[in-house]
Amino acid sequence: MTTHILIRSLDRGATLFLIVVAAIAIVVPILTLALPESSTFHIPTYLVALFGKYACYALLALSIDLIWGYCGILSLGHGAFFALGGYAMGMYLMRQIGTRGVYADPILPDFMVFLNWKELPVYWYGFQFFPYALLMVVVVPGVLAFVFGWFAFRSRVTGVYLSIITQALTFALMLGFFRNNFGFGGNNGLTDFKDILGFNVQAETTRAALFSISCVAIMLAFLLCRAIITSKFGKVLLAIRDAESRTRFLGYRIESYKVFVFTLSACMAGVAGALYVPQVGIINPSEFAPANSIEAVIWVAVGGRGTLSGAVIGAVLVNYAKTYFTSGFLAPYWLFMLGALFILVTLLLPRGIVGTWRHWTALRRDRASAAAEDGVREPLPAE
Amino acid sequence: MMWAMEALTTALLYLNGVTVSFDGFRALNNLSFAVEPGEMRAIIGPNGAGKTTMMDVVTGKTRPDLGDVMFDGSYDLTRLDEAEIAELGIGRKFQKPTVFQNQTVADNLELALKSDRHVRATLWWQEGPSERRRIDELLATIRLTAVRDRLAGSLSHGQRQWLEIGMLLAQDPKLLLVDEPVAGMTDVETQQTAELLKEINRDRTVVVVEHDMAFVRELGVKVTCLHEGSVLAEGSIDQVSTNERVVEVYLGR
Repeated sequence: MTTHILIRSLDRGATLFLIVVAAIAIVVPILTLALPESSTFHIPTYLVALFGKYACYALLALSIDLIWGYCGILSLGHGAFFALGGYAMGMYLMRQIGTRGVYADPILPDFMVFLNWKELPVYWYGFQFFPYALLMVVVVPGVLAFVFGWFAFRSRVTGVYLSIITQALTFALMLGFFRNNFGFGGNNGLTDFKDILGFNVQAETTRAALFSISCVAIMLAFLLCRAIITSKFGKVLLAIRDAESRTRFLGYRIESYKVFVFTLSACMAGVAGALYVPQVGIINPSEFAPANSIEAVIWVAVGGRGTLSGAVIGAVLVNYAKTYFTSGFLAPYWLFMLGALFILVTLLLPRGIVGTWRHWTALRRDRASAAAEDGVREPLPAE
Repeated sequence: MMWAMEALTTALLYLNGVTVSFDGFRALNNLSFAVEPGEMRAIIGPNGAGKTTMMDVVTGKTRPDLGDVMFDGSYDLTRLDEAEIAELGIGRKFQKPTVFQNQTVADNLELALKSDRHVRATLWWQEGPSERRRIDELLATIRLTAVRDRLAGSLSHGQRQWLEIGMLLAQDPKLLLVDEPVAGMTDVETQQTAELLKEINRDRTVVVVEHDMAFVRELGVKVTCLHEGSVLAEGSIDQVSTNERVVEVYLGR
C-alpha cells in the first residue's frame, strides 16, 4: 500500500526536487561546521540562519500552494496559522528560560512578572514539555482551521469573500495578540530564548541542526502533498478548483474535501512557524499582519501555483531578493518592487517560474509526439 | 386524487404543485407531471418556461416554495441536498458541457464512477481491474476510446457533450436529466446523440430538455410542453405540435 503510494507520488521532477533538498540539508551543515572560517566554501552562521528562515517560508508557501494551487482556495490569512504554530513553540522556549530571565522567576516568564501576574495562566500549562508543545504546534492551527473552514465552506463562502474573511481572521488575531492581557507578551511577543531541548539556540551547531530539520520538514511536507495530489482525492480537488458545482452534482461533498485540505494546510503552516521561531529568536503579533499573508501568496504565484516545487523556489527567491534589496540603497522602494513583481508575474508569467517551464517542456514534447501520433498529451497541471 | 396516489406508487419522478418564485417572479407555477420508470420524456417550451428551474428543483439546487418532488415513490427530494440526490441515482447533464478541462478523459470518467464519495475513501482509492473495465466500456459507449488520455479541455464541442453523458452514465443513475444535449452540434453529431440517448434509455429513465424539434421528433417519445412555469400540453410529438396553445406560445404559426 505505502510503496504503491510512494511510486505514484514520485515522478522524475519530484524525485529530483527531493534529492536537491536532501543534498542541501546535508551539505550546508558540513560546510558551516567542518570547514575553517578561512575556507572559501565556509558558510557563515548568519547565512545558515537566514536560509533556515527561508526554508520555513518555503514550507508555508507549500501549505498555501496545496490549497490555492490544487483546490482554488485563496487564503490571505495563512500567516495566522504560521504565527500560531510559532507562538506554541515560543511558549515552550519561554518556559525553558526559567530562572535565567531578568526577574529570575522559575515559572513566570518575564513579561508576566512585569505585568504583576501572580500565577501562570492555565493555557500556559504543559508548555514546559516539548512533546506537548509540538502537539500544540499542529493542533492549535488545525483546530482553528477546522472550525473556520467548517463554517465558511459549509456556508459555501468562496472566491474573494473567503479571501476577505481569512484576512479578517488574521487581522483579528493580530489585534488580540497585541493586547497585554491576552497573556502572550503583547506588543513585544516572546523573545530572549535560551535553549531548545537543552541546546543553546544561538550556538552554530543548533542553527545548523535547525536548518537541516527545516529542510527535512520541507521534504516530508512535499511528499505528503504529492501523495495527496496524485490520489483520487487530488483529482477531486482539481475538479473542485475547476468546476465546483459540477463536482457537487457528481455527489462529492465539497465542504468535507475543503475542510480536510484546509486543516491539513494549516497544520503544515503551524509546523513552519514552529521551526521559524527558534531560528529568528522572536515571535510577536506583527507575524499576524495581513501583509505577511499576502506576501506568502506572492511567493507561490512567482514560483508557480499548483506546482509544489515552484512554491518552495518562489519563497526562497523572493525572500532572498527581499533581503538583498532591503539592505542596500534600494531599501525604501522594496514594497514598490514587491507590488511590481506581483503585477509583472500576473501579466507576463501567469504560470509562475516552474509552471512556465513545465508548460514549455510539455509543448515541446507535444510537438514531438504529434508528429508520431495524433496529439496524445500528458495531464499538465496535476504535475 | 386517485390518480395522484397511483402516480405516487409507480412514477419514478413525480412533481406535484411545485412553485418556485424569484423576487416575486414565478419561475414554476403549480407544476405537476410524472415520469414512469424506463420512460424517455422530452420537455420543450419557450425560453423562461421554467425548464432549467425544474431541473434545479429536481437536483436539489433550488428549493421549491410549495409542492412535492418525489423520487422512486419514497424519497422527498425537497429535503435532500445535491450530493444526497446524486447518491440516490439522479444524474444531470448541464446545458453548457462542464467537464473537468484540466484532467484527462479517463480521469473525468473515474471521478464520475459510482464509488464511495467520502474523503477517506478517495484518499486511499486505487483503480482495480473492474473499474478499468467499466471505464473502457463507457469510453466505447460514448465513442471516445481513441482520446482517453487527452485533456478534456482539448475535445471538440460534440465530444465534450458525449463525455458529459459518459460521466452521467458512470454514476449509474436511475434517472438522467439531460439539458439541451444537441445545442451547437453538427447534424451528424445530433444524429449520433439521438442514437446514444436511445441506447441509454434501454436500461435507464431519461428526461431530455430540448429546443431542437427535429431532434425531439427523432427521439419519438412522449413530450411535455412547459409554459410560464406549468404544463401547457402533454402527449406524442404530433399531438403536442398541433395543439393550438403550443403553436401560439412556442412553435409560432
